[in-house]
Amino acid sequence: MSRVRVLVGTRKGAFVLTSDGKRERWEVSEPYFAGWEIYHLKGSPVDPDRLYASQSSGWFGQTIQRSEDGGKTWEPVGNEFTYDGVAGTHQWYDGTQHPWEFARVWHLEPSLTDPDTVYAGVEDAALFRTVDGGRTWHELSGVRQHASGPSWQPGAGGLCLHTILQDPSNPERIFIAISAAGAFRTDDGGQTWRPINHGLHSEGIPDPNAEVGHCVHRLAMHASRPGVLFMQKHWDVMRSDDSGESWQEVSGNLPSDFGFPIDVHAHEPDTVYVVPIKSDSQHFPPDGKLRVYRSRTGGNEWEALTNGLPQSDCYVNVLRDAMAVDSLDSCGVYFGTSGGQVYVSADAGDNWTPIVSNLPAVLSVEVQTLP
Amino acid sequence: MIRVVLPAHLRTLAGVHGEVELEVEAPITQGSILDALEDRYPMLRGTIRDHATQRRRPFVRFFACEEDLSHEPADAPLPDPVAKGAEPFMVVGAIAGGG
Repeated sequence: MSRVRVLVGTRKGAFVLTSDGKRERWEVSEPYFAGWEIYHLKGSPVDPDRLYASQSSGWFGQTIQRSEDGGKTWEPVGNEFTYDGVAGTHQWYDGTQHPWEFARVWHLEPSLTDPDTVYAGVEDAALFRTVDGGRTWHELSGVRQHASGPSWQPGAGGLCLHTILQDPSNPERIFIAISAAGAFRTDDGGQTWRPINHGLHSEGIPDPNAEVGHCVHRLAMHASRPGVLFMQKHWDVMRSDDSGESWQEVSGNLPSDFGFPIDVHAHEPDTVYVVPIKSDSQHFPPDGKLRVYRSRTGGNEWEALTNGLPQSDCYVNVLRDAMAVDSLDSCGVYFGTSGGQVYVSADAGDNWTPIVSNLPAVLSVEVQTLP
Repeated sequence: MIRVVLPAHLRTLAGVHGEVELEVEAPITQGSILDALEDRYPMLRGTIRDHATQRRRPFVRFFACEEDLSHEPADAPLPDPVAKGAEPFMVVGAIAGGG
């Protein structure tokens, strides 16, 4: 019988939650890397017991951990993220130019085909890659050295490259997103990049329709239809049907189109999930009701999913990397909150139950579907 | 032997318990101790001092003989009791609060 392994990164460690395919009874691990911030951990699609974790600390900086046994044991691997060549500068809050400075790894995206190859999205925004299982990391500097780079500004969370999507039909094509620069695409395996933000409209920047400068929070794609992208922007839920060449707003009837995560059902490419958040200053759900919204039409028409979720006095946030889906026949949907809850729905969002309720603030949730 | 005390998180990362003892070639300085420490425990590279600049990370301090030596030059000789192994060189995570 199939089983699932949920990888949870929190402000104070990582947790591994496991269950059989029913997803009713769960085992919750002890904290791994207790006391450290775990921005993200993720398994290799081709070797699910090979996991990578981003471990960081305000005191001791960045470490990368690797597991060969599905998270039971870990070993530290390479943690040197040195920008390629002259690091250069980007725009700072006060309008001056500020040197590019490595702060942390936000997101680790293992290759679709090689367990030793992993992409890392970092703050200050850059894309790194290892091809030796994490021992050494090298920057794909075409991102940072894009002509618009000096104009990029950090959002409140930092100038972070947080989303990496590999096109399963074209190994040369990768999509990334940076707060607050926007979405970018490479069609040559990461050497050169160009912004793909046409159609985005952001009132908070001097030119609302600028080519770069948009605070993209998350991108999502269904593997069977990689030319269709969904985006949760700072405000607005967007859709592209041409690999990011152009975007249309699909916020429709959402109670708020601000939010962080967005994800796609494992078997239905037009079924999309978001978690509306009241506003950029009030990082909690509208009306104190924690509601996941699901569209079965690829956007515009959204339904609230509330069964099992708190519908009063709830003021948690759900961060951009904190939602995932499994690939069991009845698609499971998972998300974690700033209040330390991790919820699961084993029926594509119709009903929810907490797996755990009192973890440290959740930064990321990934799920692995195992034989 | 040079004695080094690491903060708990770095002991966990390096997989050590208690003090670390290191053979360090003279002169005994912050730099020479940290070089030897990182040679023995490569996973500590970047956690005490920056990979590129080799500067002490902001919330890490160096104490010895009841003195804060954090602002001493990396190549300045450390006190004799440290060089003779009578006193440990202490790497300390600053009391800096945070989340």
